[in-house]
Amino acid sequence: MAITAKISVEAQDVLGSLRRFFEDILNTDDIEAVLVPQQLPMKNMIMPTLVTRPSQFGGVDPLAPAFPMNAARIVSRLARKPAGGKIAAVLRPCEIRAFIELVKLKQGRTDEILLIGVDCLGALQNKDYFQFAGQNPAESTMQFYRNVLQNKGKPIEGFELAPSCRACEYPVADNADVVIGLYGMEIGKSLLVQSQTESGDHILRQVNLADTKVPAARQDAIDALISQRSGYRDEMFARTREATDSLEKMSAYFATCVNCYNCRVACPVCYCKECVFVTDVFNHDPYQYLRWAHRKGIIKMPTDTLFYHITRLAHMSTACVGCGQCSNACPNDIPVMELFRTIAYDAQKAFDYEAGRSIEQEPPLSVFREDEFAEVVGIN
Amino acid sequence: MSEFEPLIVAFFCNWCTYTAADLAGTSRLSYPHNIKSIRVMCTGMVDPKYIIKAFLEGADGVLVSGCHPGDCHYINGNFKARRRIKLLKEILPQFGFEPQRLRLTWIGASDGVLFAEIMRDLVLQIKALGPSQAKLAMVI
Repeated sequence: MAITAKISVEAQDVLGSLRRFFEDILNTDDIEAVLVPQQLPMKNMIMPTLVTRPSQFGGVDPLAPAFPMNAARIVSRLARKPAGGKIAAVLRPCEIRAFIELVKLKQGRTDEILLIGVDCLGALQNKDYFQFAGQNPAESTMQFYRNVLQNKGKPIEGFELAPSCRACEYPVADNADVVIGLYGMEIGKSLLVQSQTESGDHILRQVNLADTKVPAARQDAIDALISQRSGYRDEMFARTREATDSLEKMSAYFATCVNCYNCRVACPVCYCKECVFVTDVFNHDPYQYLRWAHRKGIIKMPTDTLFYHITRLAHMSTACVGCGQCSNACPNDIPVMELFRTIAYDAQKAFDYEAGRSIEQEPPLSVFREDEFAEVVGIN
Repeated sequence: MSEFEPLIVAFFCNWCTYTAADLAGTSRLSYPHNIKSIRVMCTGMVDPKYIIKAFLEGADGVLVSGCHPGDCHYINGNFKARRRIKLLKEILPQFGFEPQRLRLTWIGASDGVLFAEIMRDLVLQIKALGPSQAKLAMVI
């Protein structure tokens, strides 16, 4: 029996209520540690923290528009082998979806992880967040929380959400064990807590919460947000297709790329321990460069820029969850996410696949059927 | 102006299509010189990046050819290849490569005559498409 309960917020202290909720979760029999974003005491920055002592939740802030990394990688690091206890991971929906992809790619196990998905209000790009948060991250978070919920997802004054968030149609973690709901709840007064799996039930039963019903406004608010986001997404797809529909345009799109490969490092689903592009395969002999240059008269250095990006698209587009960390990591502001999402959308549709939807759905390139895709075979 | 001669990079599996190519040769069948064959152990080992690299370096067409379904020497390599080709046929056309430039065929070891026919057909088709865009512009 799924549990639907609510956390009553006192004196508008939403973060305080969340802090107490995570303390309760940590105090249950099963949970050994909680992975949750917190404001670091030494600097106004939000980072994932792994907490084992209930007194150490002082800077808890999973609502801040800060998204320094996709924490699916951190969870995968914690869950690749038995850890000796269960960890409750407080994540954004795109982090949960990326983790589900990693589990299917054998980069993590779900046995010792309890996924807690907080309704996502969106995030700013890194550079914007530092400016936005200023000296008081907790206060700026509350301002952001109220603005987003009141304006039905519209950005805050002077700042735009990251493009990946503006195009994201997954504001709610449908596949978490426990959901913490914000949309459709009374702003600053109550939060929804819902279990969606048996392990979620098991934990919530041990926490003292007041039962409630999901308010009707919740689904309406979510639907409105998704339709607004889908509109932006489709417009982004059209714009990106137009900007990349030939090699010449692709070369212009990536003209400022310096082959730093930060986008691959930041990508939560690019999971190879060693990417072929940083191995000796691409450490060409000097004479090779000269031969290429001789053949064409001119080559751009470093070489293989488009080769790298198109190969990464071929390797990862079926697993792309659209979190936007590739764009966040780009030193030269190339809209990498826009291209990845555009290509990933068609690639996933071709295989009737949706990255991060469920553990059961098999990654397209890990399986095959004997009788399929006859249309790609033959020369007629 | 001389007629456009396309360059087609072809990945042939060792057990079926490469053997068919061999048979075409020993049977003294001729097929166009535009096909540059690369012998691989199985179509299942053709990583998408081999195909992408061929196109970016100016290949006008890429052919991957292996055993008929059920005949793969490694049981299912050709099924995996088919999924990868399906994926690339979704991705590459977005960057202006006509889908017909990338082809997958099954040619069995005893199909020497068919092999030569398919190669002739393919060259005609790629000729009709004209030179690949990678030859015409600077690719970074």
